[in-house]
Amino acid sequence: MAKMVLEFEKPILELEQKIEEMRKYADNLDIADEISTLEKKVDQLRESIFSNLTRWQRVQLARHPDRPYTLDYIRLMTEDFVELHGDRLFADDRAIVAGFARLGDQTVLIMGQQKGRDTKSNVYRNFGMMNPEGYRKALRLMKMAVKFKRPIITLLDTPGAYPGIGAEERGQAEAIARNLFEMSHLPVPIVVVIIGEGASGGALGIGVGDRVLMFENAWYSVIAPESCSSILWRSWDYKEQAAEALKLTAADLLEQGIIDRIVPEPRGGAHRNHEMSASTLKKILLEELKALAKMKPDKLVEKRVEKFSKMGAWKE
Amino acid sequence: MPWFRRSKENITSEGPKKDIPDGQWTKCDGCGEMVHKKQLEQNFFTCQKCGYHFRIGSKEYFEILLDEKTFKEIDTKIRSIDPLTFVDTKKYSDRLKESMRKSGLNEAVRTGTAKINGMPIVIACMDFSFIGGSMGSVVGEKIARAIDLALKKKDPLIIISSSGGARMMEAAYSLMQLAKTSAKLAQLSDAGIPYISVMTDPTTGGVTASYAMLGDVHIAEQGALIGFAGPRVIKQTIGRDLPKGFQRAEFLQEKGFVDVVLHRKELKETISKILKLLHD
Ligand SMILES: [Zn+2]
Repeated sequence: MAKMVLEFEKPILELEQKIEEMRKYADNLDIADEISTLEKKVDQLRESIFSNLTRWQRVQLARHPDRPYTLDYIRLMTEDFVELHGDRLFADDRAIVAGFARLGDQTVLIMGQQKGRDTKSNVYRNFGMMNPEGYRKALRLMKMAVKFKRPIITLLDTPGAYPGIGAEERGQAEAIARNLFEMSHLPVPIVVVIIGEGASGGALGIGVGDRVLMFENAWYSVIAPESCSSILWRSWDYKEQAAEALKLTAADLLEQGIIDRIVPEPRGGAHRNHEMSASTLKKILLEELKALAKMKPDKLVEKRVEKFSKMGAWKE
Repeated sequence: MPWFRRSKENITSEGPKKDIPDGQWTKCDGCGEMVHKKQLEQNFFTCQKCGYHFRIGSKEYFEILLDEKTFKEIDTKIRSIDPLTFVDTKKYSDRLKESMRKSGLNEAVRTGTAKINGMPIVIACMDFSFIGGSMGSVVGEKIARAIDLALKKKDPLIIISSSGGARMMEAAYSLMQLAKTSAKLAQLSDAGIPYISVMTDPTTGGVTASYAMLGDVHIAEQGALIGFAGPRVIKQTIGRDLPKGFQRAEFLQEKGFVDVVLHRKELKETISKILKLLHD
């Protein structure tokens, strides 16, 4: 499946390939011991590489072009998905996919930013960068979820809100602000999952919820490391340092009290096994939804506001 | 008597005078003319020739807007820490110290209670001179507490924004202030208490994408730059020049995102009029 290999993945993949080749001859040759030795070695190698990933390496994993995207999770986790389009005001934003589906034995509204896997699909999806109509589509459907008393699941995966002329003309800032305002008091459970890139207000615009989950190799921050580098270092060359400084990994954010739970990824990252990533997430989502279903709507909203009110660090 | 009510006779306004020491004259960024500081003060820090609005801080806004001696500042003890020990070309902790020293302020926003033409209000005003008016944890928390106070007192809220956006040096903490302040404003709105958002030059990024764009009434000073993405980023993305007047207050009004575009001298009376109509 892997079409693109990151630099630090290479030794692992090379070894895996070697094992694969040896297996072809395993019937004729007595090399079972050798294979099992190599398998142990690749496990150790993977362990040592993946337990020492730098923050920048995790950013690269979060952006891996083979990583599961919103539509993959919807396909692998839900049934009877019906995609709904448009904000009823201006247009349909293809950078965000949204619709109702069955998750386990319940109906949910599920939505998320959608990236493309090649140039053509990336252009179609605008690289997962939403315009105001995308945020307004999201809000229209969230209000529908309230009407039909269905929980909401949002999947965050965007390099940011689209910085274009039309986006500004149609009120990108207002659209995001409105969603933050409205999502804070929608009387249905909202579970947010950062599945890949969570860049700034563009991600947060569908990211206010009762529970915020984050995949192990996703990143979430106020700005992408490259842009941070260009502003603070006045050069594009300090992205690694910027990633370190921003403390943007799932482990960092859990410590900062900004996310509630880390979703573990399959060995080698989510892109190595879409099915397993989706089944892990599904199991966790069902657990979270079950717990949230017990709360009364008023309490849910009260707790949600309280949760975000606490965020930050200061002294006095 | 505050400086802006000084009688006109005291001020010489006919061109540069030799006997006025250096530093009393400043160049207008709008028309390039030299303007005398006293004249500028008297004219609400706007150019009399071209109407250009000079950037001012909370001190000046409070003097322009609020009834004399009614401002009571709150949350003066809260301070930014450096929760991520953030270092770029400088340490964030040093940046904070330096900014405090240079600006004479503790943070990029000041909050408190006051009166406008006799009506009690809660007010927050940002200072661009403090790390570009950026919103970190303290700005978010002070805004949130100001909203809480408006809720408790059932008094209208006014926020004057001037900001380059969320503060990068507090990373995700800064981002979450967008959600925090917006959630608080939802509570204020549900309680039926008016909130007037005043946007001044510049209001961009995370501040625009949260409280600045969530007012019952949006007022913008003429010519103010208001947007989500900065013009430089947009230009870079689309690879061509931006149309004239793009992201200016007048443009936002034309596109339907600002109710009132005004000259700074009309700010107090306009706010007062709106509040009297909406709140008793
Ligand atoms: Zn001028």
